[in-house]
Amino acid sequence: MALKVGLTSVKFEKGISIKSVSSAAGTMEGEGPLGGYIDILVNDNLYGKKTWEKAEAEFVKKAVETAVGKACLGFGDIDYILAGDLQNQSAASCYGIKDFGLPFFGLYGACSTFGEGLALGSILIDSGCGKNVVCEASSHFSAAEKQFRFPNELGNQRPRTSTWTVTGAGAAVLSEGGDTPCITGITTGRIVDLGITDANNMGAAMAPAAADVILSHFKDFGTDANSYDRIFTGDLGSVGSGLLTELLSEKGCDITRQHRDCGMLIYDTEKQDVHAGGSGCACSAVTFSMIYKKLLKGEYNKILFIPTGALMNPTSVAQGENIMGICHLIMIERRS
Amino acid sequence: MAKTEIKKTDSEYDKLVKQASPDSPIIKNCIKAFISGGIICCIGQFLINILAAYGLVTEERNMAVSVILIGIASLLTGLGWYSKIGKFAGAGSVVPITGFSNSVTAPAVEFKKEGFVLGLGAKIFTVAGPVILYGTLASIFVGIIYYFVR
Repeated sequence: MALKVGLTSVKFEKGISIKSVSSAAGTMEGEGPLGGYIDILVNDNLYGKKTWEKAEAEFVKKAVETAVGKACLGFGDIDYILAGDLQNQSAASCYGIKDFGLPFFGLYGACSTFGEGLALGSILIDSGCGKNVVCEASSHFSAAEKQFRFPNELGNQRPRTSTWTVTGAGAAVLSEGGDTPCITGITTGRIVDLGITDANNMGAAMAPAAADVILSHFKDFGTDANSYDRIFTGDLGSVGSGLLTELLSEKGCDITRQHRDCGMLIYDTEKQDVHAGGSGCACSAVTFSMIYKKLLKGEYNKILFIPTGALMNPTSVAQGENIMGICHLIMIERRS
Repeated sequence: MAKTEIKKTDSEYDKLVKQASPDSPIIKNCIKAFISGGIICCIGQFLINILAAYGLVTEERNMAVSVILIGIASLLTGLGWYSKIGKFAGAGSVVPITGFSNSVTAPAVEFKKEGFVLGLGAKIFTVAGPVILYGTLASIFVGIIYYFVR
């Protein structure tokens, strides 16, 4: 049974099994350091479709099919699917999964959506509402640029603080029973707003929320960075990671030894022209394939997975509102 | 103040962010913009000289050169090359008339998928719109002043 711990955390005594994990991604992600961990690599960011938006839906479809297949389950065994993306009204998720006929909860947590899905999926299973739940999140570079910034073919320069939205989708099947590796706790993020208005510096918008959720987690569980083999943040990039370190060190907390950022793992930031790193819902969702494989192999025993999101609405930002941050923390353990 | 673990004011955090965020390489960008913008202008001048050799008078050839440069930039945008040039050149390819052409063609290409009326038609000036509107207004304003003070 789930146990509320501290102010913002929940502990799952039995653990929620992560039965399978899958990912599908595009050209740049395939050329990146994690290319070998991605299940489906598509060397065409249009995925044979006419539009970026339709291509993203195809990534969603393939990631979900692969995850369910790898879990040796059929769609009839799945009780719920929790999915989200960056397109308006979560269009990629809706179109991607519509043919599966699954009970669907659409999520929006910006780039933290995959974490939000894993957290809610764990609660659904722990509460006995379902035996198998699929969690999925996706993003597409061109669809995101088109919606949030400028047309793709506009000849402008991107600032060095900007990040590159990952094209792809990641999915996981959560199941009851404490098979290894399993989710043993979650810390739900709060919205943190420290006055960032620059839509090209999402790392800065998210770092305070990441620091908040990490400190809350340590407080709630009575742990510190040394209790974990790795602490993965979602898509802070180089700028956001630096700020996170700074914010935490002011609180006397040092995570530099354990901390890695999915945005800096998924691309080779030296060779690939991505500026501060990768971003988007798919950034943490696709990188999770690598994390999961390393958990299975026993390279990690206990980790924190913290997809980070910037709640950026172009209309609100144009009206002078700040860009707020949200992060969801998932604690994952290997049990022998 | 919200009840979070991070007790920092916006201005304190803003200082931190400024320290942590790398600045754009302004001098390098200026040199690149100067060279590439210069090349575009040289191409324009080259075209003017050729058209002059064909006997076009000043007004005709200025108009013709603008049309040619706009056409070339629009074609390069459609081929996906102008964004690559723009990445290197920065202001060098934004400021000349070719940049204006790119700012109209890029949304046209992007939003064509939503149809010729609600997509391309409605969104073609999303980037260039402010330039057109305020450029026109400014020219009216300057025209009025000129009328009275000449």
